[in-house]
Amino acid sequence: MEASLLLIQLLNGLQLGILLFLLSAGLTLTFGIMDFVNLAHGSLYMLGAFICASLTQLTGSFALAALLAVPLTALCGLLIEMVVIRQLYSRNHLDHVLATFGLILCLDTIAEIVWSPAGIAIALPDILNGQLEVLPGVVVPVFRLLIIAVGLLAAAGLYLLVNHTKLGMLIRAGASNRTMVGALGVDIKTLFSGVFAIGAALAGLAGLLVAPIAEASIGMGNEIIITAFVVIIIGGIGSMKGAFIAALLIGLIDTLGRSYLDDIFKLIMSNEAAETAAPAISAMLIYLMMAVILAIRPQGLFPASSR
Amino acid sequence: MKKLLSNALISAAILTPAIFSPVSAADEVKIGFVTTLTTGGASIGQDQEKAVNLALKHIDNTMGGKQVNLIMADDGFKPEVGKQATDKLVKQDDVDFVAGYIWSHVLLASRKSVLDAGKFLITANAGPSPVAGKLCHENFFSTSWQNDQTPMAMGETLNQKGVKSLYVMAPNYAAGKDMVAGVERTFKGEIVGKDMTKWGKDAQLDFSAELAKAKASGAEGIFVFYPGKAGPAFIKQYQQAGLRDILPLYTVFTVDSLSLPKLQAGGMEGVLGSVSTQHWGPDLDNAANKKFVDDFRKDYGSYPSFYAAQAYDSILLIKSAVDAVNGDLSDKDGMRAAMEKASFASVRGEFTYGNNHMPIQDFYSRTVVADEDGNWTTHIDKVVLDDHQDVYAADCKL
Repeated sequence: MEASLLLIQLLNGLQLGILLFLLSAGLTLTFGIMDFVNLAHGSLYMLGAFICASLTQLTGSFALAALLAVPLTALCGLLIEMVVIRQLYSRNHLDHVLATFGLILCLDTIAEIVWSPAGIAIALPDILNGQLEVLPGVVVPVFRLLIIAVGLLAAAGLYLLVNHTKLGMLIRAGASNRTMVGALGVDIKTLFSGVFAIGAALAGLAGLLVAPIAEASIGMGNEIIITAFVVIIIGGIGSMKGAFIAALLIGLIDTLGRSYLDDIFKLIMSNEAAETAAPAISAMLIYLMMAVILAIRPQGLFPASSR
Repeated sequence: MKKLLSNALISAAILTPAIFSPVSAADEVKIGFVTTLTTGGASIGQDQEKAVNLALKHIDNTMGGKQVNLIMADDGFKPEVGKQATDKLVKQDDVDFVAGYIWSHVLLASRKSVLDAGKFLITANAGPSPVAGKLCHENFFSTSWQNDQTPMAMGETLNQKGVKSLYVMAPNYAAGKDMVAGVERTFKGEIVGKDMTKWGKDAQLDFSAELAKAKASGAEGIFVFYPGKAGPAFIKQYQQAGLRDILPLYTVFTVDSLSLPKLQAGGMEGVLGSVSTQHWGPDLDNAANKKFVDDFRKDYGSYPSFYAAQAYDSILLIKSAVDAVNGDLSDKDGMRAAMEKASFASVRGEFTYGNNHMPIQDFYSRTVVADEDGNWTTHIDKVVLDDHQDVYAADCKL
C-alpha cells in the first residue's frame, strides 16, 4: 500500500513538473534568447485555457478544441509580440517588467470582458474523466496520464526542434550570443517573433491542459508564473534542458513535500506542531531549494553556454 | 482684509457640499454597499448586486417614506482597497448605512472606519470571530452567520450519519482554520488526516497529492472548505480521481448556486448527492424566500446564491430600521432598537439577534440534486442545529 501510494505521488509530481516545463520553456526562450523579461507569459497560458474552453463549448469536442487552441494562442502571442513586445527589446529590464505588468492588467481585463469573471469549466469526454489501474493498486486519473504523455511529446518535439533543425541552431546561437547572430546576417526580428510564438503555443498548451482540472479563470497565469520563474532560474536561464530537469525537480519536490512532510514532522515534533508547520514549510520548499541551488551554482544547474 | 478672506473661506466651505450633492441628504436614505465587483471574486459580488437591486425593487426603492440612494463600491478582493472604498462612502458620500463585505479580512480592515463615524455597519457575508466576540459593536449587525457555525453544523450532520472517520482539507488561512476548528468542535469520530493547502495570490488548485493521501487513508468521508473557484476545481479532481463511491463528499461554502451551474456544464456528476450545511437554501419553505427566489430566477435566470440571500436580507433589515423611525435618520437609538428585534421577513425564516448582533438561527443539512427542469441545486434535508448561537457571543460585552 505504501509503495503504491509513493508511486502515485511520483506520477503526480511528474505531471505537475511537466506542466511547469511547458510554461517555463517559452519563458526561458524569451528570457535567454531575446533577453526579454516577460511577466505576461502567464496571460498566454490563461488565453490558451479560455480559447480551449470556448471552443469546447462551441464544437462539443475537447480534442478538436485543444488542437485549434494551440495555434490560436500562438497567433495571439505573435500579435502581442508585434504590437507591444517588439517596441521594448532595446529597453532595460525594468521597462520590460513595467510594460509586461501593464500587459497582464490589459489581458486580464480583456478576458474579463470577453468571458465574464466567473471562469469556464471544460467538459471532458467520459473516457478522460475515468481512472486507469497502471499497476495493481496504482489507480491514476486518465487525464493526468494524458497530461504526462502530451507534455513528454511536446518536450521531445522541442528537443528535436532545438537540437536538430536550422531554426534550433539559430535559437541556440541566439541564446549564446545574440549580437553575433545578428551580425552574421540572421533576421533577428523574424527569429524573435517565431520564438515568441513557440513560447506562446507551449504556454497555451499548458493552460488548456490545466483548465479541465481546475478551470479557465481570470488571472490563473499570474498564480503560476512565479513558479515558472523559479524553474528557469534553477535550470539556468536560456537552457531548455535545464528548464526540463528543474521543472521535474520542482514538481516532484512540491508534491512529495505536500504528501509526506507532515508525517516526517510528526516523527520529530508533536502532532499539533507538525500540522501547523508542515503546510507552511511545504509551501516554501521550492523557494528553499532555489536558495540552496543559487548559493552553490549562481548561474543555475545547466546555464546556456558562454553567457 | 483678513476677515473678508476668512468669511469667503467659510462661505465656500458651507456652499461646497451643496454644489457637489444634487439632492440634499435629508430626503433620502443613503446606503453604501461594499462587495467584490472586479477580479475572480466578481461573480459573487455581481450576485449580491442583483439581490440588492431586487430587494430595492420589491420595496419600491422606499424606506420610511424616503427614496433610497444606493452606492455600490468595489473592494477589489483586497483589504486595503475595501477600506479605501469604505472611507469614501463614509466621508465623501456621507452614507447612513454601510453594508456588504464578502471577505473576513476586508471587513476587519474596514469596520473601524464605519463604526468610528457613528454609522451602521451590516455584514452580508463575512463573519470572522473577532466581530462576534471582543470587537462586537452596538452599531454592527450581521445578516449572515459567524464563520464557525456552518462547519459545526456539518460535524453534527456527520455524527447523525454515523460517519466514524474523516479526512479534512481546507485552505491554509484564517477562515480555513476556523472551518476546520468548527467541524472538529462537534464531530465525534476520528480525523484520520488533514491537509491545509496553500492559499492567497498563488493558491494551490491541483490537489492530486492530497486526494491520493485521502484515498489511502481509508476514511469514511472527506470534509472540505474551498470557497470561490477552488471549489469546482476540487470537485472535478475528486471526481476524476474516482472517489465518489469510495469517499463521500461533505462541504461547507464550496457547493453553491454559483459553482453548481459551472459543475453541471463541466459534467461533474461527482457533486450530485454530496452533503453541505447552510443556514438557508433556495428551496427553504417560507413566503419571503419563495418570492425572493422566484423573482430572482425570473429576472436573472439562475438560482440566487447564499451571498445573494444575505445581501437581500441586509436591505430588508435596513428598511425595518428606517421604517421604525419614520425616516428620521438622526434617531440612531430607535433604528438600533428596531434592528435588534429582527422583525423583517427574512428569507431564512424567523430568527433573533444575540447580544453581539449575530443571528441566532437554524442550520440545515442539504443534498445536491437536480430540480424538475434538470438544473442542479441543493435540497434541504433537515434542521441540524436548532436556534444556534455562535460560541463567541460570551466574549461580547454588549
